[in-house]
Amino acid sequence: MTALGKLIRTTAFKLSLAYLLISALGAGAVMGWVAWNVKKLVDEQIASTVEAEIAGLSEQYARGGIRALVDVVERRARQPGASLYLVTTFAGETIAGNVADLPAGVLQRPGVVETSYQRQGDTEARRRALARIFVLPGRFRLLVGRDLEDRETLNGVMLRALTTSLLWLTIIGTAGGIFVASRVLRRVDAMNASAQKIMAGDLAGRLPVTGSNDELDRLAQNLNSMLERISELMNGLREVSDNIAHDLKTPLTRLRNRAEEALRSASSQDDYRATLERMIDESDNLIRIFNALLMIARAEAGTDRQAMRAFDVSTVVTDLAELYEPAAEDAGAQLSVSAGRDLIIMGNRELVGQALANLIDNALKYGAQSDLPLLPQGANVLPKRMDVQVSARQVGNAVEISVADRGPGIAVADRERVIGRFVRLEGSRSRPGSGLGLSLASAVAQLHHGELRLEDNAPGLRVVIALPAMINATYVPAASPVEATRRLPHDDATPRNAS
Amino acid sequence: MPDMRLLIIEDDRDAANYLVKAFRESGHSADHAADGLAGYERACEGDYDVLIVDRMLPRMDGLTVIGGLRQQKIDTPVLILSALGQVDDRVKGLRAGGDDYLAKPYAFSELLARVEVLARRRGSSSGETTHYRVGDLELDRLAHKLTRAGKEIVLQPREFRLLEYLMKHAGQVVTRTMLLENVWDYHFDPQTNVIDVHISRLRSKIDKGFDVPLLHTIRGAGYMVRDGSR
Repeated sequence: MTALGKLIRTTAFKLSLAYLLISALGAGAVMGWVAWNVKKLVDEQIASTVEAEIAGLSEQYARGGIRALVDVVERRARQPGASLYLVTTFAGETIAGNVADLPAGVLQRPGVVETSYQRQGDTEARRRALARIFVLPGRFRLLVGRDLEDRETLNGVMLRALTTSLLWLTIIGTAGGIFVASRVLRRVDAMNASAQKIMAGDLAGRLPVTGSNDELDRLAQNLNSMLERISELMNGLREVSDNIAHDLKTPLTRLRNRAEEALRSASSQDDYRATLERMIDESDNLIRIFNALLMIARAEAGTDRQAMRAFDVSTVVTDLAELYEPAAEDAGAQLSVSAGRDLIIMGNRELVGQALANLIDNALKYGAQSDLPLLPQGANVLPKRMDVQVSARQVGNAVEISVADRGPGIAVADRERVIGRFVRLEGSRSRPGSGLGLSLASAVAQLHHGELRLEDNAPGLRVVIALPAMINATYVPAASPVEATRRLPHDDATPRNAS
Repeated sequence: MPDMRLLIIEDDRDAANYLVKAFRESGHSADHAADGLAGYERACEGDYDVLIVDRMLPRMDGLTVIGGLRQQKIDTPVLILSALGQVDDRVKGLRAGGDDYLAKPYAFSELLARVEVLARRRGSSSGETTHYRVGDLELDRLAHKLTRAGKEIVLQPREFRLLEYLMKHAGQVVTRTMLLENVWDYHFDPQTNVIDVHISRLRSKIDKGFDVPLLHTIRGAGYMVRDGSR
């Protein structure tokens, strides 16, 4: 593409052309209107001159008849710059006047007429005139008219003015268009060049901003902040995948070491069996981590939204509390539940259940009172009972599920970080866990357009999952599949309507 | 469990061979079809106790196979195996006519336990049982009453349901996830030993003070209610 071609193709140039066309049409219309008005004015002037002449002549005619009229006409016709006069007999012979020739038949039609004529003693080409024709008694005919040369001249002037101004308009407009277009083009070219550099791999590159704060500048600024955001996300993603790789390497290494160890030192079949069983446990743990990662990814991607149904959060809360109650008691914890009623949300019951299970699990694992040293495993003396409170209630337009413990809590500075994948705070690393529980709970909250909050339970930690309540819930509790199983004893195993 | 005839429709040859071998070692016979169409044809012809169907198959995908069979009024129980383990995938699979769903990777013991439950269900689908009896343990569903050796035992509602499920599948291995699915109706992985604690509570109520334990832990697999004296 040539430079000119490129220029012509620019939006700025096309816009200039469009403006030019519109201005030209506008100018033409204005000039045309002026010309038309001027013509009208001139025509009116001519007509009134003719009328005045006629008034004078008819006075003469009334006073002295045709003879007096002829006299006056003879006299006036000889004056320089005179109007046009002609008096003829009924047969068309000229009696007096300064018109030599008229097209045939003009005199036969009384009234106002625009016609060509030739003046007496004038051999030049015919000219145009506006005339009025009367039939007098005795079938004499009188023509009084004015030459139209002035009007024609004026028209010519107008036309010249119009063409000249259009010509200049075009020249100036085109030049202006080219100027503006090339200016814009230069900046767009610069932006394109930067974009290409960024695409080629210079991810830190940004579009040039001139500082004029015009629309191109604002576009560049917006694109720059977009690039900034993308690179932040990419860094986050890279960090996450780095972490994932690192955190999966640890259990894989352990797995491998186990196998190696057994090959090196196992002496009996029982040894091999024990090692293999432990390796299966390790792999199950890995699979669990992968499942959790996949679940987080899917929840974050939001692809599960179409599978959402209305369900009662209070049922989930009491179910889960009941599920964990014996385990809590075993761990020396008092698990108490308070759930309001009819806390209907639109969501995925399984995922909310899983998120809540993670929170209860965390509370049981890390919610031991901080002033008590961790007891060695198998110790018979239970510490002061630890309390874990699970509750669900409606707060404004949200249903809040919370799990509160009396443990050491999480420092404000760590609260955001701990939601990240694989983040495990100091002091918790010695205990089993993958560091994915809160990430999943947070992802589930986000999937439901809600949020996960970590709060101070003074002392202890309170984790709140706030989910938007369903408004105008017309919720009819579906028979739970377990209930259905009880009613239909031979339709056991997994129910088909498990939605 | 008497030996079952199984059909495995799975395109991954290694996985299929492993399954066929493992089922044979457990005393069952297993056939293998390597794509959806072949699997569909064999399932139409043969008399199988359970079909194990992978979801993603060449020539005809797993859900289509199941849908086709159900349309032909072939109601052989189907267990869907899938790499897609998310909740809505499970729901889709069950809606298509599957009877159970297991996400890859899985433990063979889990698969075996589920397949055995499906096969048993097929054998005993007539008549409504309201009364279960294992050894001297008797459970009456309608009266909501449990006795052992004539002595009444009081259970919490959930414990009752748990025992009911175990007794319904007496003599069969029931895994932890099966219990969570069928007694609590959740399909996630509880990560800790929550089910084990429920079982040990139940055990202390029904087995404590009796010579013959009825509720057994099957190592590496799950639990089973069985009359140990037989």
